[in-house]
Amino acid sequence: MNFDLNKKKLREVNNYLQNIDRKDNKRKFELSNPQGQHAICVGLKDEIDVTIKGHTGYYCAGMNQKANITVHGNVGTGVAENMMSGKVIIKGNASQSAGATGNGGTLIIEGDASSRCGISMKGINILVKGSVGHMSAFMAQKGNLIVFGDADSDLGDSIYEAKIFVKGKVKSLGADCVEKKMDEKNINELNKIFKELNISEDPKKFKRYGSARKLYHFKIDNLSSY
Amino acid sequence: MKKDLKEFKTFPSSVIKEIHRAANEGIYKIRGLGAKRKVPDFDDLVFLGASMSRYPLEGYREKCNTSVILGDRFAKKPIKLDIPITIAGMSFGALGANAKEALGRGASAMGTSTTTGDGGMTKEERSSSKYLIYQLLPSRYGMNPEDLRKADAIEVVVGQGAKPGGGGMLLGQKINKRVAAMRTLPEGIDQRSACRHPDWTGPDDLEIKIQELREITNWEKPIYVKVGAARPYYDTTLAIKAGADVVVLDGMQGGTAATQDVFIEHVGIPTLGALRESVDALKELNMHRKVQLIISGGIRTGADVAKALAMGADAVSIGSAAMMALNCNADLYREDYEKLGTEPGFCHHCHTGKCPVGVATQDPVLEKRLNPVDGGKRLKNYLSTLTLELQTLARANGKSDVRNLEPEDLAALTVEAAAMARVPLAGTDWIPGFKKY
Ligand SMILES: Cc1cc2nc3c(=O)[nH]c(=O)nc-3n(C[C@H](O)[C@H](O)[C@H](O)COP(=O)(O)O)c2cc1C
Ligand code: SF4
Repeated sequence: MNFDLNKKKLREVNNYLQNIDRKDNKRKFELSNPQGQHAICVGLKDEIDVTIKGHTGYYCAGMNQKANITVHGNVGTGVAENMMSGKVIIKGNASQSAGATGNGGTLIIEGDASSRCGISMKGINILVKGSVGHMSAFMAQKGNLIVFGDADSDLGDSIYEAKIFVKGKVKSLGADCVEKKMDEKNINELNKIFKELNISEDPKKFKRYGSARKLYHFKIDNLSSY
Repeated sequence: MKKDLKEFKTFPSSVIKEIHRAANEGIYKIRGLGAKRKVPDFDDLVFLGASMSRYPLEGYREKCNTSVILGDRFAKKPIKLDIPITIAGMSFGALGANAKEALGRGASAMGTSTTTGDGGMTKEERSSSKYLIYQLLPSRYGMNPEDLRKADAIEVVVGQGAKPGGGGMLLGQKINKRVAAMRTLPEGIDQRSACRHPDWTGPDDLEIKIQELREITNWEKPIYVKVGAARPYYDTTLAIKAGADVVVLDGMQGGTAATQDVFIEHVGIPTLGALRESVDALKELNMHRKVQLIISGGIRTGADVAKALAMGADAVSIGSAAMMALNCNADLYREDYEKLGTEPGFCHHCHTGKCPVGVATQDPVLEKRLNPVDGGKRLKNYLSTLTLELQTLARANGKSDVRNLEPEDLAALTVEAAAMARVPLAGTDWIPGFKKY
């Protein structure tokens, strides 16, 4: 089923996709002419496939549950913000705060992602085939940020229990973020993620970063970090 | 020999004590509740009452409406509250589950709303609250679309009066299993909540964020924007521009669960002046009563509520006082206050998790001291007292609806209050700093 966003209001399209008739067999949808509109495909909650042909504005696929959403274009700020489950694939580049506070599911960005990618992430897996901007994984709590390219400055600042994997160069690490050993368990974890997503890539080429856990309790000795 | 005990005005004993403490500990003080210093407040205003030109209403005969509709600017389902007194957002984590349930019970019994907080929505508060406002905070702890859809309204929190510009803090001692799980963090570690939202900055972004929230919830739910009293004139203007249905403004006296003392006492402006600024903004944009204004920060009595409404608020919100209705600072379990180094009436130790009366704690033994049903009844009684006091004052000023109270019903007792509230100093027609033409 096709929706042309030039002809149909976004409210109507979102409303349709948010309230899928479960008896109906229609499970595949295509949206054309998104023209950078904001809040496209937010709050979806069923196992459906949506393909968006073109660029989207802010918060595309925000708070997604279960849906598979593919964008053939670039996306604005906060793509898949607070996603709970499902899969979101971006064929182009993503602006800032991609996957912010995501709780679950998978976000794949085939191009680059700008600053604060994975900020405050809470369990989501984010794969960026290109590079990520500064302050990515800031205060990241849980989940995996996997970067195939490089990471800009202050990666993983004030990170909690999320894991960061980077194949390329890291310009600098943020407060309390350190390089950690890439052990067998981590390699298997990455392998599993790649396998499920049909990605052929060698986990051994990645370095792992995570929390030094020195800021977990407020201590006067850490004053310079606050 | 007679002692020479002339105190230093610059270094009174309280200041010397604090310098000693700082020199020993090397770190600032963290505490709960609101500012302890005296600032101009609603006590500095009085109502004029009825006179030859204003007729009072009969106390027990003539009706005085207290209901208020919130969120009818854009939302398909605005909220109709029976009283203009709401319960402010207080996080589960800062407060125990019993306290959250008690707040829900008390508020619902009076036909008003309660609010979630940093840490998400608990099922106890959802099921006990007739109207529940769901906060969207920078941390997004516990945020999920299911709860968003279960809420009656959504409150985007930009700031809080106790700490405009500050993030949250929940010390490790309060992080038990349930709190940790709701926040997706390890048990027992100090939790910082971010001070800025992760996916928007500035009013233009906020407008888009609000659009997203409306799209997710079918444009049904009122969207509130909560700001601390920093620059209320501009913040109100920008919140309206961003598409808020309701503005929540929290003055510097507003309570907190845990913040640096220096932040609580030295950042933000008093509720009185903040309210005036915000109402100015609403009126200039011709949005007064179209976008509703909820004011909070140090509301204690029906007189405070009445004066806030007279100055132009549509409703008030209470935090500290609601906790007190649940027995915060009550003269019970004295020995436990002693252990905290305080006494009933002086306690501000919410940050420790060792609340003597079971309100601000996650300790199962302490929490049992607050029965949610009894707590709910006490809150209901308290809200009912505030409402009766509010109606008494409204009738005395000849108003059949509490929102007909107006600045012309007020006089100020101090020059400061006259200037901040922009009402004349009692016995004069003088409003400092205000030129009529
Ligand atoms: C224990 C406690 C916890 C609070 N938690 C939150 C919170 O999670 N989110 C928020 O916006 N405000 C929070 N506040 C501030 C209140 O929502 C409200 O702005 C303030 O309490 C109003 O001032 P009052 O305490 O003088 O009534 C908290 C306040 C207290 C006392
Ligand atoms: S009595 Fe409890 S709720 Fe009240 S200030 Fe003390 S710790 Fe906080």
